[in-house]
Amino acid sequence: MGASKMTDPLVIASGVGKEFPGGVQALTAVDLTIERGQFTAIVGPSGCGKSTFLRLVAGLDEHTSGTLSVDGDAPLEARRRRGDLAYVFQDATLLPWRSVRRNVALPLELRQQSDEARIDEVLATVGLSEFADAIPAQLSGGMRMRVSIARALVTQPGLLLLDEPFGALDEITRQRLNEELLRLWERDGWTGIFITHNVYEAAFLADRVLVMSARPGRIVADIAIPFEHPRDADLRHQPPFAELAREISEQLERAHS
Amino acid sequence: MNTRALITQIGPPLFFFAFFVLSWYALVEFFDIPPYLLPGPPRVAEAVSTHADRLIDAALLTAMGALSGFALSFAFGFAVALLFSQSRIIERGLYPYAIFLQTVPIVAIAPLIVLWIGYGLQGVVAVSFIISLFPIIANTTAGLTQVDPRLLDLFAMNNANRWHVLFKLRVPNAVPNMLTGARISSGLSVIGAIVGEFFAGYGTDDFGLGYLIIQTSGQAKTDYLFACILFCTLLGLAIFSAVGLVSNRLLRRWGGE
Repeated sequence: MGASKMTDPLVIASGVGKEFPGGVQALTAVDLTIERGQFTAIVGPSGCGKSTFLRLVAGLDEHTSGTLSVDGDAPLEARRRRGDLAYVFQDATLLPWRSVRRNVALPLELRQQSDEARIDEVLATVGLSEFADAIPAQLSGGMRMRVSIARALVTQPGLLLLDEPFGALDEITRQRLNEELLRLWERDGWTGIFITHNVYEAAFLADRVLVMSARPGRIVADIAIPFEHPRDADLRHQPPFAELAREISEQLERAHS
Repeated sequence: MNTRALITQIGPPLFFFAFFVLSWYALVEFFDIPPYLLPGPPRVAEAVSTHADRLIDAALLTAMGALSGFALSFAFGFAVALLFSQSRIIERGLYPYAIFLQTVPIVAIAPLIVLWIGYGLQGVVAVSFIISLFPIIANTTAGLTQVDPRLLDLFAMNNANRWHVLFKLRVPNAVPNMLTGARISSGLSVIGAIVGEFFAGYGTDDFGLGYLIIQTSGQAKTDYLFACILFCTLLGLAIFSAVGLVSNRLLRRWGGE
């Protein structure tokens, strides 16, 4: 496959399958390698198991066949040992009784750390400094998602797993958050795996887009996205971008049938 | 604006109260009902003013029994719920017996409790405790165990230990349920204290409303009995409103997403 000639793999999946109790086969034989520092998007029809795959990488679920390693270990061990995996959920998933600031502080608290300066910094990064003392119920959907991203970034993760984080937002908010996320990646260089069913989002953010088939999911296409960094909003209006988005769409359509 | 809000708040209940008292008065006068069966409002008012000191003392003693019973239920019920939340097996094993607290007729076992625990305040507190325990256990257990699975995933991603999950997630998550339980229990604790006093009366010098009810009904002093019932109602209302006030205040934080 195209982009796999690099040298430093972080996530290696080989023949990974997941069968849920009751016999539902969510994934069959997923083969992929994700390089350190790479931003990979996985697109696929809804229900194809792409979120399931992300949960396997996070060590939140266990695969039932094949081998899957993160940084040379089983996912759960890797997560425990490294302590720098972060997961951004489809919904903001905030603690409703905590202020924005205390929500962002949570991952530090759970590591018995406190670093108010770092919290200020990530709140500024996502543009929420003024809302530090608000509670989630007072925020819009886009702002809550920003809090969620700030919370993921506060521990300076090495591997960021994003499970359709912007799926519930309106298009303008989604595009703006895409740009912000990309800027953060360009600055900090974490490894990112981004689940989405939006081909434009995938092409805009990622270095590489993997297309998954309908359930049971497996990887059916691996498309390199060659655009230079830093990318800006203007990229969306350029013909090569439209061309690539169309290619991903076609692959996705083929994956549906 | 503020007085207007107050009027719309307390106006309607006040109106119906006046309506009720007037109908009651009219009924007694029109049908010429003898006072030992149903005294009119003026007679009850007279009984209240004649026996005001004794009624207030009795209400305070009953309040002490009820509040002690309620406080014990809250503390013990919370502890039991914590235990249930930590072990499915313990919960499954003991929950049926917790339901027993709910279904057993308190008047049937109150004499037994008094026999075991002793007369006077301790017997009253014990009856109040037993009748008000179950709502605390049931509601707190529900709040501790019914946690958004994504929040559990979030804690897992941060390698949170069991105590962190309990005290930073489950307990705050259970606060609204605990307050619901407390509201139900506070009303029950007053009933428990009064029923307790039926059997564990303190004697002729020092007595609560329950004892007074038995006394006055035995002597066919119906107007005095009505005054007792009025005080029971007021006491229940006072405790219920106090708990309601505290819980509304706390719940503003928990406003929910």
